[in-house]
Amino acid sequence: MRIVPFIVSTVITVVLIFVFNKKIGPVPPIGKFLSPQHGFWQNAEPTDASFDADLKFPQLKGKVEVYFDDRLVPHVFAENDEDVYFVQGYLHAKFRLWQMEFQTFAAAGMVSHITGAGPEDRILKYDRSMRRLGMVYAAERSLQELEKDPIAKTNQDAYTAGVNAWIDNLKESQLPLEYKLLDYKPEHWTNLKTALFAKYMSYDLAGSVKDLEYTNAKNVFSITDFEKLFPVAADSLKPIAINSPENPYPTKPAYDLTLPLGSDSIYFNYLKDTITNILPKPDKDNGSNNWAVSGTKTASHSPILCNDPHLGLNLPSLWYEMQLTTPNFNAYGVTFPGAPNVVIGFNDSIAFGFTNAGRDVKDYYEIKFRDESMNEYWFDNAWVKSTRRLEKIEIRGKPILIDTVTYTLFGPVMYDQNFPAAEGSKKYYAVKWKAHDPSNELMIFYKLNRAKNYDDYAEAIKYLSCPGQNPVFACKNGDIAIWQQGDFPAKWRRQGDFIMPGFDSTYMWKGIIPQQENPHMKNPTRGYVSSANQLSVDSTYPYYTGNDFPVYRGYTINHRLDAMNNITIDDMKALQTDNYNTKAEFAKDILLRTDESKLSADEKKYFDIYKSWNFRNDSNEKGATVFTIWWKELEKAVWSDEINKPGLPMPWPNEATLVESLHKDSAYHFVDNINTPAKETLEDDLLAALKKSTDTLKIVEANGNLAWAKYKATKVQHLLKVPALSRLHLPIGGGSGIINAAKEDHGPSWRMIVQLSNPTEAYGVYPGGQSGNAGSKYYDDFVDQWANGKYYQLWFMHNGDRMDKKIKWAMKFERGE
Amino acid sequence: MKFIVSVILTALLAFAAGLYLPWWSIAIAAFLVALIIPQRPGYSFLAGLFGLFLLWSALALWINIKNEGILASKIASVLPLGGSAVLLILATGFIGGLVAGLAALSGSYLRSSKI
Repeated sequence: MRIVPFIVSTVITVVLIFVFNKKIGPVPPIGKFLSPQHGFWQNAEPTDASFDADLKFPQLKGKVEVYFDDRLVPHVFAENDEDVYFVQGYLHAKFRLWQMEFQTFAAAGMVSHITGAGPEDRILKYDRSMRRLGMVYAAERSLQELEKDPIAKTNQDAYTAGVNAWIDNLKESQLPLEYKLLDYKPEHWTNLKTALFAKYMSYDLAGSVKDLEYTNAKNVFSITDFEKLFPVAADSLKPIAINSPENPYPTKPAYDLTLPLGSDSIYFNYLKDTITNILPKPDKDNGSNNWAVSGTKTASHSPILCNDPHLGLNLPSLWYEMQLTTPNFNAYGVTFPGAPNVVIGFNDSIAFGFTNAGRDVKDYYEIKFRDESMNEYWFDNAWVKSTRRLEKIEIRGKPILIDTVTYTLFGPVMYDQNFPAAEGSKKYYAVKWKAHDPSNELMIFYKLNRAKNYDDYAEAIKYLSCPGQNPVFACKNGDIAIWQQGDFPAKWRRQGDFIMPGFDSTYMWKGIIPQQENPHMKNPTRGYVSSANQLSVDSTYPYYTGNDFPVYRGYTINHRLDAMNNITIDDMKALQTDNYNTKAEFAKDILLRTDESKLSADEKKYFDIYKSWNFRNDSNEKGATVFTIWWKELEKAVWSDEINKPGLPMPWPNEATLVESLHKDSAYHFVDNINTPAKETLEDDLLAALKKSTDTLKIVEANGNLAWAKYKATKVQHLLKVPALSRLHLPIGGGSGIINAAKEDHGPSWRMIVQLSNPTEAYGVYPGGQSGNAGSKYYDDFVDQWANGKYYQLWFMHNGDRMDKKIKWAMKFERGE
Repeated sequence: MKFIVSVILTALLAFAAGLYLPWWSIAIAAFLVALIIPQRPGYSFLAGLFGLFLLWSALALWINIKNEGILASKIASVLPLGGSAVLLILATGFIGGLVAGLAALSGSYLRSSKI
């Protein structure tokens, strides 16, 4: 009788196949994953792989030719616009499908669908917070707006069809590695996914406000102390736009911005709110540098435009480099996988780039509901009906969670009993966010890709509603310009810095600042325009533009550009990768007040390293490490006794506040530690901070990490934070507040320099590679070049270059089944 | 001789099946070979095991050479294999071999239960 062993071995085989076909905890489905014909081995791309292909798609109207250079940058030549976007979508999907989809899942609060709820339900909480912020609601509204515009709709449809043309022909073996690791499959692409991606950029760039922390702080400090700790503007500010006769500010606001009656007691002084459930925020240094110098300051007499957007450093990179050419336009630069057009780049006539405006367009209002049903709320002396939106959250391995979000005329109620602001809190806070309003942001890129002059640029940027940006511009005809562009609410001073009362219309935004009144500079006599996320205007601008802007990068850039003439491209490369630490220069006289006679041998050693330091955060400088640690300890010695309250999230002052406060206020009372009977002085704090720093520094030095780059340990992390798929410990200097803003996992995500000469000369580099596939040699091949501060010359290919030796592979697309 | 033929046939059939069918088609291949070529169950098991061990590790090795080891070292760190491509290739062969060996065992038992 062999039937019993047959049954036993068959059952074991079937069970084994079943187990090996299933993801168990973090372990991928091991049989499927290891199969050399299906699993990850199929992602191990031969290093001599060819990217040549002949493809036919019924959606195409004509022929499209794609030429890849040796860095795998595609130069797309199409006969019409629709085809170019179809192929852009196809290439984005071919090289970056997983990240494209993952980013939209992150935007829509759908990550639990892929990963499960996560440890302590953290991922689920993130998903819920995105739903409650109204991300999907906002994307749906933007999509409606986009689809009203026939050009935008046609091009977006073509792009989406291109993405799906790749997805539909995808074999299991060709799935990107991450799908195999996490064991799921891509969905169809939709126009809504592109809209979600655009909203994610709004979240990333216009979502990091500290209104809730400020509200907590306001309840702890007097107004005088609050203003000392969190001043609106820094003294060392060099604003983006100067009030000058050539580019004057508006003389008075377009709206009545007097403070609401009784705001002193109702708004500025009410000690009622404590918010502990503060959600993780995008990095506060999501910012950038950009500048354009006019021909009057350059050696070639042509303008030069530079831009380096500072964002999270990830693999696969946020950016995908490409050139798009049709008879209507020819644009080169970096693109967002997930959206059509070139985002930062240049065409035959102009160059364009962006930095973040960082204006506060996201405010919180306290809502008074009639009862816990949340059906009606009190507004201007009447009960107003609310609406509902059901958010269905799919969680891998668990039943669907339905979260009901109530909407008011301000926006979604983010915090309620189901998502309390603090433990036991019965408060309701709605969020009013500019990104909720319908807009057609992505059209700015369509227009900029085709812009020929200043007027085209000025027209294009009007599509930018949220996130507010500082689009910089330079043109072959010699014009340079910068605008701070977006739909910015006209605010009275400190409006929205704290939670506002939601029952009184006088606290609502008065309106949007007229576009022409947004700060701008065109062809200033100083010969350059620049921005680095600093406050855009000085105090003569008639609207409140928010607080807590970075200061030092903008200061350094302007200081340097003021002094430069006969500028060459190499000068611009040096400036863009400059590691000079202006804050350290300004802080020197403060730190030198340390009483050296009281230092131990170890403390003296580090103090001497600091004293002989040249203020440069170059990768091998030890002084930069000492300064960074010491300054951080000094800030803590001065402020943590006042600011740190157990369990209460509080804001930390701006990078410039301590230096400037100590310079102008010889009796700065925060230096005293309020928890001790003694009256500490600055000198005491300096010593205490250096003592603490010495303990840290000794450990850092023992580990061989005293050199700045070693200590900082910049990394480019895979989006899933898998170390093996990331690049760690990169030898790069710079840091927060420095032009070369490379922090631990955040920094210059694309560096670009464009000289608008004939022919155009352009350089660029990003910390990644053109392929999103970790098994490709093109996955991270730009990283070392980037870390070394080196650039690639960008090849702006023209029609006549089709036989050029720089072409390595060609992909030919035509209409057909 | 039967044994060697079984090993080679299992590898070839599994490779062909893998071109069109999901990864677990290796089990069908090994099962069929054990059904067609009569062997004692122990030999059938070993023929399936060796057949797929050879096929999967050889394919993985070839891919790894063409890839210059870029991906294998990363995956061998994601999986607890200390970054060793060699271990990863062996693990690949073993997993394929285990499934195929058990499937071949079933095939062999089925054939002998008919007899």
